[in-house]
Amino acid sequence: MANIKTLEKKTKAQSMGLHTEVLTGKTQQKFFNPDEAENFFYWGTHDVDFNKRTELDVKDMDCKEANKKIDILMSEGYGTIVIKNPQGKHSLGVGILNKLNLIFEGSLGYFGVGSIDGPIVRVNGRVGWSCAENMMAGKVVIEKNAGSCFGAAIRGGDLICKGSVGARTGIDQKGGSIIVGGDAGAFTGFMMQRGRIVILGDVGINLGDSMYDGTIYVGGKIGSFGSDAVEAPMTKNDIEWLTRKLKVAEIGNNFNISKMTKIVSGKKLWNYDALEPTEKKGAI
Amino acid sequence: MAKKKKTKKKETKGQLGKKKETAREKMIGQTIGYRYDVNLLPDYKRLTPFLKKYIEHMGWDDLNWLEDVHMGYEEDRPAVFDRNANGWVTIPKKIKLPDNQQDRDMIARELLVKFQMSPNHPLVDLKKAYLKF
Repeated sequence: MANIKTLEKKTKAQSMGLHTEVLTGKTQQKFFNPDEAENFFYWGTHDVDFNKRTELDVKDMDCKEANKKIDILMSEGYGTIVIKNPQGKHSLGVGILNKLNLIFEGSLGYFGVGSIDGPIVRVNGRVGWSCAENMMAGKVVIEKNAGSCFGAAIRGGDLICKGSVGARTGIDQKGGSIIVGGDAGAFTGFMMQRGRIVILGDVGINLGDSMYDGTIYVGGKIGSFGSDAVEAPMTKNDIEWLTRKLKVAEIGNNFNISKMTKIVSGKKLWNYDALEPTEKKGAI
Repeated sequence: MAKKKKTKKKETKGQLGKKKETAREKMIGQTIGYRYDVNLLPDYKRLTPFLKKYIEHMGWDDLNWLEDVHMGYEEDRPAVFDRNANGWVTIPKKIKLPDNQQDRDMIARELLVKFQMSPNHPLVDLKKAYLKF
């Protein structure tokens, strides 16, 4: 009987045993030593010099060899590497966790410069699907057009395409900024969770479909809004940020930013966790 | 009879760890959504000298990936989320935080960079153990 009395005092969630399942326990309190030495590169990566420049012809290399060679050059202190004859090879320049100036003189195939964390990359051509997928930090500038899934699951940094991009740009975006000088295809910002997408041209149907959070700015016409994507008023902060960012992106000189459309999440789909605790309990 | 002075409770709106829960959040015992404004754009007038140096060192034009870093809180204590370690990192008690969210965000960014680049970061041990190439 005593147990029943105790149960009566509990909330419904507590009586279901859910209250102990709060999303905590990931705190790491032993860190953040304020006296930590000043250091600007990850452990195990290389301190390179931007003024030390070299060229690498990858015509007769496969992507694994080429990527390995880039790593070796960084370990020798080269901070500016020019890649000659990339010839549309896939997966070039991936997994670079360094500061670096990387210049591709030509076009890249699929999954170019994926999972990078820090480098400044310039591609003087086009890129295929999923360019800069999972990018963490740095700046990537594509001089011409890009394929579908441009910046898929990007988490940080600036990803710029001066031309147009395909469908599903910024799909599952979790941070960072994607800036497109031309048009973008359907489902741009599909399921994006955070970060910003800027399209100066037109955009296809289902813009921002199922977006959880983040912001999309469009300069041209919008094919249609996706589920839960809604228009929001432009603020002074937005205009300031866009003005500065377009300069960084080297595009949009004299573009009338104040006439852009801002799209955000309507947050009506924010019920994703309604079933989660019950499901968790069932699984246990 | 002297009237008892009513002491007005200080409003806690916007303070770390003091957000008012919705009925739904109370019911499920979880926070729905983010606990701070993830879309807040940084105020560059408040850049710290350390961050200026970091930007210069990396050759970037602005805060780059740090634009998405904000001071949040975990278990009622100010903390910043480290995406590399996939966990909240608590701010030491001795660091006094300003009232302004923009200034707090700058501190969070600075501490996060120092933490991630530190040889004491938890990923360093993992890397030593599992590094393939």
